Amino acid sequence: MRLLIKAGRVVDPANKIDAVTDILIEDNKIALVDEQIKIDTDLTIEAQGKIVMPGIIDMHVHLREPGREDKETVASGTAAALRGGVTTLLAMPNTTPAIDNPQTAALLKEIINRTAQAGVLLAGAITKDRLGKELVDIPSLKKVGVVALSDDGSSVDSDELMFMALKRAKREGILIICHSEDKGLSAQGVVNLGLTSTRLGLRGISCESEYKRVERDIKLAEKAGAAVHIAHVSCRKSVDIIAKAKQRGVRVTAETAPHYFTFTEEAVLGYDTNMKMNPPLRSLDDLAAIKEALHEGIIDVIASDHAPHTENEKEIEFVRAEFGVVGLQTELSAAVSELIEPGILGWPGLVEKLSVNPARILGLKKGSLCVGSDADLVVVDPQRVWQVGKEALVSRSKNSAFLGKVLKGRVEYTIYNGKVVYARSA
Amino acid sequence: MVWTRKDLLGLEDLSKEELELILATADSFKEVSSREIKKVPALRGKTVVNLFYEPSTRTRVSFEIAAKRLSADVINIATETSSVQKGETLIDTGTNIQALKADIIVMRHNYSGAAAMLARHLNISVVNAGDGWHEHPTQALLDIFTLKEKLGRIDGLKVSIIGDIAHSRVARSNIWGLTKLGAEVTVCAPPMLIPPAIEQMGVVVTHGIDEALQHADAVNVLRMQFERDTEGAFPRQLEYFKSFGITQERLSKAKKDIIVMHPGPLNRGVEISSEVADGINSVILEQVTNGIAVRMAVLFLVSQGHDKKYETTN
Ligand SMILES: [Zn+2]
Ligand SMILES: [Zn+2]
Repeated sequence: MRLLIKAGRVVDPANKIDAVTDILIEDNKIALVDEQIKIDTDLTIEAQGKIVMPGIIDMHVHLREPGREDKETVASGTAAALRGGVTTLLAMPNTTPAIDNPQTAALLKEIINRTAQAGVLLAGAITKDRLGKELVDIPSLKKVGVVALSDDGSSVDSDELMFMALKRAKREGILIICHSEDKGLSAQGVVNLGLTSTRLGLRGISCESEYKRVERDIKLAEKAGAAVHIAHVSCRKSVDIIAKAKQRGVRVTAETAPHYFTFTEEAVLGYDTNMKMNPPLRSLDDLAAIKEALHEGIIDVIASDHAPHTENEKEIEFVRAEFGVVGLQTELSAAVSELIEPGILGWPGLVEKLSVNPARILGLKKGSLCVGSDADLVVVDPQRVWQVGKEALVSRSKNSAFLGKVLKGRVEYTIYNGKVVYARSA
Repeated sequence: MVWTRKDLLGLEDLSKEELELILATADSFKEVSSREIKKVPALRGKTVVNLFYEPSTRTRVSFEIAAKRLSADVINIATETSSVQKGETLIDTGTNIQALKADIIVMRHNYSGAAAMLARHLNISVVNAGDGWHEHPTQALLDIFTLKEKLGRIDGLKVSIIGDIAHSRVARSNIWGLTKLGAEVTVCAPPMLIPPAIEQMGVVVTHGIDEALQHADAVNVLRMQFERDTEGAFPRQLEYFKSFGITQERLSKAKKDIIVMHPGPLNRGVEISSEVADGINSVILEQVTNGIAVRMAVLFLVSQGHDKKYETTN
């Protein structure tokens, strides 16, 4: 099987390439990157005016399987991933049951082998049942292929336990991902604390509940000498803390999600439950800080925090509605609209956030288009404008914050493991 | 000025002109209640459903009387008799009421934003009779109507709102309505009961009751709710009365003809002394009377409105 992608703008920052060139794929590897490749092929994609980039590696996805297949499955979630240009994703372990032991991990692995349409990596929990009481057995989870640990949805409250987790993770060479939230401080809040919570008459979630825990998690990682990754950074103070830690040489990386650089708390003013997520949408100043941090490289990664919920869980009173939004199919377009268009990131910078850095942080041999690497690629039309509608979302859940929004940039082809697994038809 | 809204969800959304239109309409309806036959045919053949997820006899009765004086048919649904407890969603309840061809739902709900959500999913009118801590627009409208009746204007008045501002829908609606109409609003409470960034809603914040009363033309005393934790509530009530209770002594240092309002029901000896509640500055019973006219105006106006502002995308 030979596939040629002709004359696209190849953006491959891992190899310092940003040039119009051809790419030849043979079987599941990249065989040649060169101008004007002339060879017989099974399929040729004409990519003039298009961006050709490594497949997106989304470090933060909730696939809901096992346990909540009504929200999402490995099959439906990975189908959504491919449409969004995501070829590899990290599945969060807050399933029912949680991925906190090798048996459950193996069960999920089996489902993935059978039904996944894109690459799925496993994150395991840090503590059993994500209760923050007892650490999981890391070596046994590693053995079945778990590549990172997170209690996402919760933070490990005990400093001692978190420190121990970080020390063991360091010993085992596994990454810990922190959902940094002090639930004592965010107590039952549902929107950003401040004028918005006051206007809406809702309990607020302070920035403090986030940055204090970011500060703690970094401090413990520093003490343990462990690597730590901060999930879904939403506010300026968290950014400042991460920036300072990086300056001191702490092994900290950070991610944000598209909704934090697209919307502010103002979007919640109509009680739209598709604007309800945790951490919440913040102020304009926080949004500006997130954009600056992406520009300056303080935030390393853009990940969707794809969190599917059924209509029954979202189309209800704001206080009762679940936190979270789907995002696999809109993350690239949101980034083009909000980061490329206003010049906050260039294409190489964006590809670093979406592919190169996640690969590096997770220790994957991906995110690069050099000869011999895995043939996971995306062809993007950077100019194409589209309006997000429920009908375009193939996730089982339609709880997108971007519904009705017009975005720029659209995935034309997704190539995974050398095969065209998605070609846009509408 | 033509009314276009099918719903009344809060005063935050309304323009000054819309507020004035409601007040003027209420003014013209007020006289109906003093007739021998207290009825006009304005809503004849229309059905108003009072959907109450929280018990509130006062507000419910006031809406019921208002609807009946407009010749509407009225149905009351309270939580204990509805299918709410069987787990029906609010939207399902709403669409069922719509399918029964009701014209207006008047809803009281314990969650902020419930009225907005319902309105977004229905073509019939929704009137917010109080949602969580968010808004209680008709209460604020009747407060404002009473003030205007007493003092002839709202523009330039100094109005102080005393009490649990953080958890008060009455406070929020009053703040929006009064500031839009040009009043200077002060809110007064212990720091714990002042919500964050409220100054940005255009009010002055004070923690001193005397300061709040000093230059005020009117004071709106909120009901203090200590019910949530009965343990230790009594000393806290006394403590509150000592620091923030409206007494004749405190009032003696205020403007002589200061107007005293209270949305009811009264907690005598907690936020207000009986002497003040029953005294010459109090307009508490007039507020109750004016509530009918204001709610008649609101029901009448929303029945004329048919915007589809809240229609969802997709
Ligand atoms: Zn999280
Ligand atoms: Zn998450």
